[in-house]
Amino acid sequence: MIINHPILGPRDSQEFVYLGDAALIDRPDGLAEGALDTFHDYLYLRDNPAGLHRELWYHEQGDRSWLVVTRNTLTHEITQVELARDVARARGRSK
Amino acid sequence: MAEHRLKPLCPLGGTSPARASIGPVTLTEVVDVALASVSARLGRTAEVAASAAAAGIPLPGPGRFEARAPFAAFWLSPESWMVEAPFATHEDSRAALLPVFGDAASITEQTDAWVRIDVTGEGLPALFERLCNVDLATAPEGAATRTILEHMGVYVVKRGAAQVSVIGARSSAAALWHALETAAHSVF
Amino acid sequence: MTQSNRIPGGQIDRARSLSFTFDGVTYQGHPGDTLASALLANGQRLMGRSFKYHRPRGPISAGSEEPNALVELRGGARREPNTRATVVELFDGLSAESQNRWPSLKFDAMAVNDRLSNFFAAGFYYKTFMWPKAFWEKLYEPIIRRAAGLGSLSREEDPDQYDKGFLHCDLLIIGAGPAGLMAALTAGRAGARVILADEDFRMGGRLNAETHEVGGLAGADWAAQAVAELRSMANVRLMPRTTIIGAMDHGIYAAVERVSDHLPVPLPGKPRQILWRIYSRRAILAGGATERPIAFENNDRPGILLAGSLRAYANRWGVAVGRRVAVFTNNDDGLRTASDLKAKGLEVRVIDARKGEEVVDTAGRLGLSSVTIRSGGRTETFACEALAVSGGWNPNVNIASHHRGRPVWNDAIAAFVPGQGDIPGLEAAGAAAGRFSTRAALETGAAAAEGALADLGRSAPARDLPTAEDGPYAITPKWYVGGGKGRAWIDQQNDVTLKDVKLAHQENYTSVEHLKRYTTLGMATDQGKTGNVLGLAVMASLTGKSIPQTGTTVYRPPYTPVAMGTLAGRSRGQEFKPKRLTPSHKWASEQGAVFVEVGQWLRAQWLPRAGETQWRESVDREVLATRKSVGICDVTTLGKIDIQGTDAGAFLDKVYANTFSTLAVGKCRYGLMLREDGIVYDDGTTARLGQNEYVMTTTTANAVLVFRNLEYARQCLYPDMDVQLISTTEAWAQFSVAGPNARKLLQKLVDQDISDAELPYMGCREITVCGGLRARIFRISFSGELAYEIAVPTRYGDALIRELVEQGREFDAVVYGTEALGVMRVEKGHVAGNELNGQSTALNMGLGKMVSKKKDSIGMVLSQREGMNDPNGYRLVGVKPVDPAQKLTAGSHFLEKGAAPVIANDLGWLTSVVYSPHLGCSIALGYLKKGDERRGQRLRAANLLAGAEVEVEIVSPHFFDPEGERLRG
Repeated sequence: MIINHPILGPRDSQEFVYLGDAALIDRPDGLAEGALDTFHDYLYLRDNPAGLHRELWYHEQGDRSWLVVTRNTLTHEITQVELARDVARARGRSK
Repeated sequence: MAEHRLKPLCPLGGTSPARASIGPVTLTEVVDVALASVSARLGRTAEVAASAAAAGIPLPGPGRFEARAPFAAFWLSPESWMVEAPFATHEDSRAALLPVFGDAASITEQTDAWVRIDVTGEGLPALFERLCNVDLATAPEGAATRTILEHMGVYVVKRGAAQVSVIGARSSAAALWHALETAAHSVF
Repeated sequence: MTQSNRIPGGQIDRARSLSFTFDGVTYQGHPGDTLASALLANGQRLMGRSFKYHRPRGPISAGSEEPNALVELRGGARREPNTRATVVELFDGLSAESQNRWPSLKFDAMAVNDRLSNFFAAGFYYKTFMWPKAFWEKLYEPIIRRAAGLGSLSREEDPDQYDKGFLHCDLLIIGAGPAGLMAALTAGRAGARVILADEDFRMGGRLNAETHEVGGLAGADWAAQAVAELRSMANVRLMPRTTIIGAMDHGIYAAVERVSDHLPVPLPGKPRQILWRIYSRRAILAGGATERPIAFENNDRPGILLAGSLRAYANRWGVAVGRRVAVFTNNDDGLRTASDLKAKGLEVRVIDARKGEEVVDTAGRLGLSSVTIRSGGRTETFACEALAVSGGWNPNVNIASHHRGRPVWNDAIAAFVPGQGDIPGLEAAGAAAGRFSTRAALETGAAAAEGALADLGRSAPARDLPTAEDGPYAITPKWYVGGGKGRAWIDQQNDVTLKDVKLAHQENYTSVEHLKRYTTLGMATDQGKTGNVLGLAVMASLTGKSIPQTGTTVYRPPYTPVAMGTLAGRSRGQEFKPKRLTPSHKWASEQGAVFVEVGQWLRAQWLPRAGETQWRESVDREVLATRKSVGICDVTTLGKIDIQGTDAGAFLDKVYANTFSTLAVGKCRYGLMLREDGIVYDDGTTARLGQNEYVMTTTTANAVLVFRNLEYARQCLYPDMDVQLISTTEAWAQFSVAGPNARKLLQKLVDQDISDAELPYMGCREITVCGGLRARIFRISFSGELAYEIAVPTRYGDALIRELVEQGREFDAVVYGTEALGVMRVEKGHVAGNELNGQSTALNMGLGKMVSKKKDSIGMVLSQREGMNDPNGYRLVGVKPVDPAQKLTAGSHFLEKGAAPVIANDLGWLTSVVYSPHLGCSIALGYLKKGDERRGQRLRAANLLAGAEVEVEIVSPHFFDPEGERLRG
């Protein structure tokens, strides 16, 4: 596969490591009330769609950027690639 | 440089840099360059750029290498560069760069983390197509990228049409040299 | 032997002769021959025995689709089984052997299977060898495997080298027939970067096998001219002998280039084959078409070939398979074979299925001698040596279906064609697209290239097509000749007959996937290139459905078989993975150290001294000397990560279970890292070198993974933290110096005062050594001794270990390896790889208190789950044999005395076992249920696999200096 890196352009997926669902970005607050339940859902309950999937890839043999790749799991078509850091910020993550 | 009593070794284990010619290409172990990584602290990119400009240190964009004597640099990752300087004058590379950037950047000595093998000569694209996915034939001069070469992570820096640096982990220097040498024998 | 069947013409170099052997007999051929064409030229039609029935077989094709003519090529370690004689380029000295026959090709004892064929129909094995079940693996399968099958491996190491490589292009053209050549000319003239790949050693495809003209030249001459023009273009790369084996995602294609297969042995240092990874922006599939047979009784005799192949042997190789030839066809292309052969002066008789004529049987034990035909209710038998069969042509859709695209049925040609857009960026042209005339091939090749150029933003040159034949391709489907009692082959490689398909239908295996698995239709080396569509058509006629309703076979990569060595490339043996050497490697090698692979690293395991013959002697000596005085160990392999930034401390608080933001500058702390599910992930010490600067150490095994996780936390979870990370594992050579005399030894090297007051336990400093070399010192201990780790820039690592050894002489200092390191850490009760097993919590390890619940760190929340905090759960314990003479075995399970060795009574297991020279017995760490309440208890440690059982005493995991007085000394 070819991943169109937002900074470096098209790169071979051999340079990347796959993690999984980009929903991992939405890590709950560990000190909040009911954290045990929210963390259980966060870690173990994932969608596994046949179709568009937003997932985390790490450019380990490249610039070490974590990317959010939107990929069709049926065709491997990649429709969007974003820096995970930008996505995380957009989703309200900070420190 | 302090006058201590320890004698250094080159990454390939010799007391002087290794060198080999195979067909039209020459492999040379380069040891006279000091390295330091420079990473801008959060939100201080502009300061880092200004300090670098004032000190004459190039900070090229993604996928690029740039030389401006005595410094040179290539891009590592967002807001992060590998800065090269002559070893003889900048052996303590971090100490040399700290005054330039102050606390606007995180600076880490990297000289001994790497082995640099320069491949020079004609026909480099024919050699590199057996080694890694870099399209050397169309890459412009000054292209710098990280990729995989025989299972090893390396930086490939095209310093000129007939000079490419392969910069890999120092501990696997021998494996990298072997990979380059074997490929050269296979191609030429 | 004479080349009795050689006729004039063809693209072979008759001026030169090549000598080769087949089954020990020497023959002559010419450059340009394949092994099959040369054997046929010598009158040798018989080339192999069939898979199941051991029927005599010859080639049916002249290309890579060949199911029958499989041979063992070359000898010794280079023997290559299942090589298709139809694609082997002849070279001088070639030697080949037929396979799957005993004692000889002409007399094969196993041919008795053919007489017993009624027993060997589809599903025979499944039905017959069901009982008793245990017999299958030990008795039935080995016998069946010996009787059936293909060639055999040499069982020697492959002496050849295989390369991998990477190519980039605007346009990849697969196949160099008329469509591919025209596409390449169009794109090449437009300046696009083109790769033209063809599996054949001679480019031109069918143009080399036909007699019609292109642009006023003989087809083969036009092809040669086109190739010459392409060769002159710097932007075009011609790759003959290169098979595109698979279409991967996003324009990546896999190709195998046979660099040296046409040579007796590869030139020194050169690869035999190269596996290329081709990155293309657009691709054109111009892979042509494959002819398919018609099934009739005894249609598998040597001398019965596909019509286009028989024609190719005559036109390209100057070979007449027989002087008297019958042509059985259901389409116009078969008639072309008849006219070409007539023109060569051969005796030809046409049996045109469209006129109601059909072949009903053949005769000839080891090669065709006569054909029986039926026409208008009248049967007639006549003598001939060759029979050309054409059931029509199937476009080579294989590559286009590699992404699971479904080929589409086209009634006009009675064949499947590639579906539109099955592979993004790939367009089919010429015969591969079902356009069979030469003119159509040229036209669609040009058009596909023009389309690709437009996509690439390039303008195409004015279209300049040469004149070429544009004859119609009229076909009336005829799949099989029914009515007879004998067998009619559909898939010759797997001995699948018409009856087998009928049986599958009778037993309701009508889906195409079931048909394949029940009958083995389309399996093995040819993957049904000639037989699949025929089998499907037969099933369709049995079910009364149309062919597209019945299904299609989707092809998977590789297009043709690929040697395992090609896929492995250079990654085998010593080169399986790169080796990483420690800074002391050179010195340790000089000492005769024994090395162990730790991931990619080579570490000294122990360093034997003269007279030591047992590894334990060396290890015990290293441990005792360290504990008595001082020992030195290269610990460079531990991961080192430089962590800087104003939020570095806060960041560490997130990724470690314990707290680091409060660590004083100049201090180290042991850190415990959890996974988000609460299981322990990694551990190590992290030092604070400055207000905003830490250096983390990781275990050797997890260095890369921890770095990855830190980047994940930095970018995905805490994007606004001011933290910068970079690995410094390789930048510093780091040595542990441990033992009561560690300080005395180091003080001889370190330029500053490192007394306990200046550098207390868990302190760290930036120092200089040996008169001014920059260095770092950390007072940390893994062995339980007074210990330091000292780091210098890696280039001085070799000098430093020599200096340490030299200066250590007065203390009888030793250098110790990973075994002694392991002994001392077990004696001290430190967890390592065997305890950090991906299943254990901090609580299990006795480190539960380290998990701070006052802050939100990775894994903190889920580590509090009930199941992970079971008071009856596993706890780390120390284990000693009650009888010190007894040896413990790692992996042994704890049992109460008298308890039966069953799962229900299992109390835990021994994780790490070492011999402690200090205690004079075998000791272990282990996980034991309620282990912390069992100190002093006696249990059994049972290893059922080894048949060992030892009575053990449960003790503290800290066998050595439990109060830690030595390391604080």
